[in-house]
Amino acid sequence: MNTETLLTFFGALNHWITIFLIVTGLYIIVARSNMIKKLTGLVIFQTSVYLLYIGPGKVLGGTAVILNDRFTVYSNPLPHVLILTAIVVGVATLALGLALVVRIKEAYGTIEEDAIFEQDRDA
Amino acid sequence: MIELTHMPALVVVAPLMAAALCALIRHSRLCWWLATLTLTFSCVCIVVMGRAVFDGNVLSYAMGSWAPPIGIEYRVDALAAFMLGVVGFMALIVHLYGYRSVRAEIPQPLQGWYHAIYLLCTAGLLGMVITGDTFNAFVFMEIASLSAYTLIAMGKDRRALTAAFQYLILGTIGATFYVIGVGFLYLQTGTLNMTDLDTRLDGIMDHPGVLTGLGFLIAGLALKSALFPLHLWLPNAYAWAPSVSSALLAATATKVTLYLLIRFAYDIFDFDIALAQANWSFVLFVLSLAAITAGSLLAIAQDNVKRMLAYSSVAQIGYITFGIAVANLNSLTGALVHLANHALMKGALFMLLGGVMLRLGSVHLSHLAGIGRQMPWTMAGFVLAGASLLGVPGTVGFVSKWYLAVGALDAGHWSLVIVLMASSLIALAYMGRVIEMVYLRERPADAPTVTEAPPIMLAATWLVLAACIYFGLDTDLTAGLARAAADSIMDQPQ
Repeated sequence: MNTETLLTFFGALNHWITIFLIVTGLYIIVARSNMIKKLTGLVIFQTSVYLLYIGPGKVLGGTAVILNDRFTVYSNPLPHVLILTAIVVGVATLALGLALVVRIKEAYGTIEEDAIFEQDRDA
Repeated sequence: MIELTHMPALVVVAPLMAAALCALIRHSRLCWWLATLTLTFSCVCIVVMGRAVFDGNVLSYAMGSWAPPIGIEYRVDALAAFMLGVVGFMALIVHLYGYRSVRAEIPQPLQGWYHAIYLLCTAGLLGMVITGDTFNAFVFMEIASLSAYTLIAMGKDRRALTAAFQYLILGTIGATFYVIGVGFLYLQTGTLNMTDLDTRLDGIMDHPGVLTGLGFLIAGLALKSALFPLHLWLPNAYAWAPSVSSALLAATATKVTLYLLIRFAYDIFDFDIALAQANWSFVLFVLSLAAITAGSLLAIAQDNVKRMLAYSSVAQIGYITFGIAVANLNSLTGALVHLANHALMKGALFMLLGGVMLRLGSVHLSHLAGIGRQMPWTMAGFVLAGASLLGVPGTVGFVSKWYLAVGALDAGHWSLVIVLMASSLIALAYMGRVIEMVYLRERPADAPTVTEAPPIMLAATWLVLAACIYFGLDTDLTAGLARAAADSIMDQPQ
C-alpha cells in the first residue's frame, strides 16, 4: 500500500466512521428483537449524522467564532448549531422510545418483539 | 385591521404556545376550548394569507428579524397556502369532533395532555409546510412525529403501544435519512434555505454529492409518507390509535411529507433534470403502481375496518406519488387535489368509525352486521365517503382521478388509466363488504342495541362530507388553487 492510498483513506477517516456507524446502527435495529437494543441501534444510527455534519465544518487551524484581533481563521459554526438541535431531537426521541418500552413491558410482560408478536397472534 | 406582517409566524407559534399552556392547565374542558380558539385563529390566518398569495404573490417572513438566507425564512406561496389550508382546517374540524370522542376514549386525567399533544402535532405539521428552511423542516417534522407517536400510543388496546414503537423506529430512520440528505446538499451548496438552494443547485444537479443527497431525501420522505413497500408502520398505527388520532394523522400526517417531496422534486430540484436522469421518476412510477395495486388488494383481506381503511390509504398515497412521477401539469394538479381530497374522505371515514367505536366498542367487520338501521346518519355518511373513495362523479374523488387520468393520457400512458379503473373496482369490493354487512345483514338477536353517534361528532363529520360533495361539484377552489400551485412550481416549459 503506497502513501497516497493511505492518505486518501485517512483523509476521509471521518466519512469512514460515519458510514460504519450508519450501517452498525441499522443492522442492530433490523437484527435485534430486544426493544432496548433496537433503541440503542437507533441512537448509534443518529450519532453518525452528527459526525457527517460536524466533520466538514472544521477548518484546520480555525478557532471558534470569537470576535478578537488575534484570530482570523474560524471554523464554520453553523453545523455545530444544527447538530446541537439534532442532538436535542435525538434525546427526545430516545426518551419517548424508552417510555414506550416501559409501557410495553407493563402491558405484555416482555420487551422481546418476537414474543410480543406471538402474544398478539394468539389474542 | 388584520395585520399580515406577523401572520406566517403566528400560524405556528399560536398552537405551539397553546400546547404549553394546555400542559400547564391540564383541565380537560378548558384545554378543549383553548385549543378550539387557537386552531380557529390559525385557520383565520391561513385564509387571510391564502387570499394574499392566490394571485402569485409570495409572503416571506424573516424569523427573529434575521434576514434570509442566513436566518430562517417562513415562506407562503400558492402551494404552501393550499397545504396550510388542508392541514389547518382538517385539524380544526377533527378537534371539534374530539369533544365527545376524546372524553370517551382517553382516561380522564390524560385528556388535557391529549389536547396539548394534539396542538403540538398540528403546530409541527403547519411548520413543516410554512418553513422555507430545509433543516427547520426537519425540526418541525420531529415535533409532529414525536407527538404523533404519543397520540397513537394513547389507544386503549395494548397493540397501540407496539404500533407506536414501530412507528417511532421507522419514523426516526426516515427523518434521519432526510437530515443526511439535507447535510449532503449543505456540503455542496453551503445553504439550507430552499429558495437559495434552488438557485445554487442550477448547473450542479448531476454532481454525485447532490444526487446522493437527493437519494437520501427521497428515501427518507418515502418512508415517512408510507410509500409502498415502506408502509409497514402505517396499518397498525392507524388501526389501534384513538379515533381522533387516526382521523388527524390519516388526513394530514403523510400528506405533509408528500408536500415536502413535491417541494424538493419540483421547486428545489428540477424534476426533468435531476429526478429523471437518476431514474427516480421511474422508481417512483413503479412504486406508485405497486402501492395502488397492493394497497387495494391487502385492504380486501382485512376484517378490522380501521385497518382496511389504513391499507386503502397506502393505495391512495400511491395515487399521489403517481401524479408526482408522471410529471406534467395535469398529473401534478391531480396529485395536489388528491392530497386535499383524500384528507377529506379518509378524515371523514375515520371520524365515522370513531362514532361506531364509541357506540359499539369495536370496528370489527363481523360486529357491524345490521347497524345501518340503528346508526342511519353514520352509515349514510360511510356510503357517501366510500362513493368518493371510488371516484363516483359528483364527489371529490372523481375530480382528482379525472386529473390523474388526463395527466397519464397526456404523458401517453394508456395502460395506467386501466390500473386506475381497476383499483377503483377493488375499492368497490372492500367498501362494498362493509356496506353489505351494515345494510343487508340482519342484526343478530343477541347483539346489543346501539344508538346514533352524538350530535357534535355527526355535525363535524357531515361538515367534511358536505365539503366532499361541494368541492366535487364546484371545482374552482380546490382544483383552481391546486392548478395555480402546480403552475407556480413547474416554471420550466414542458
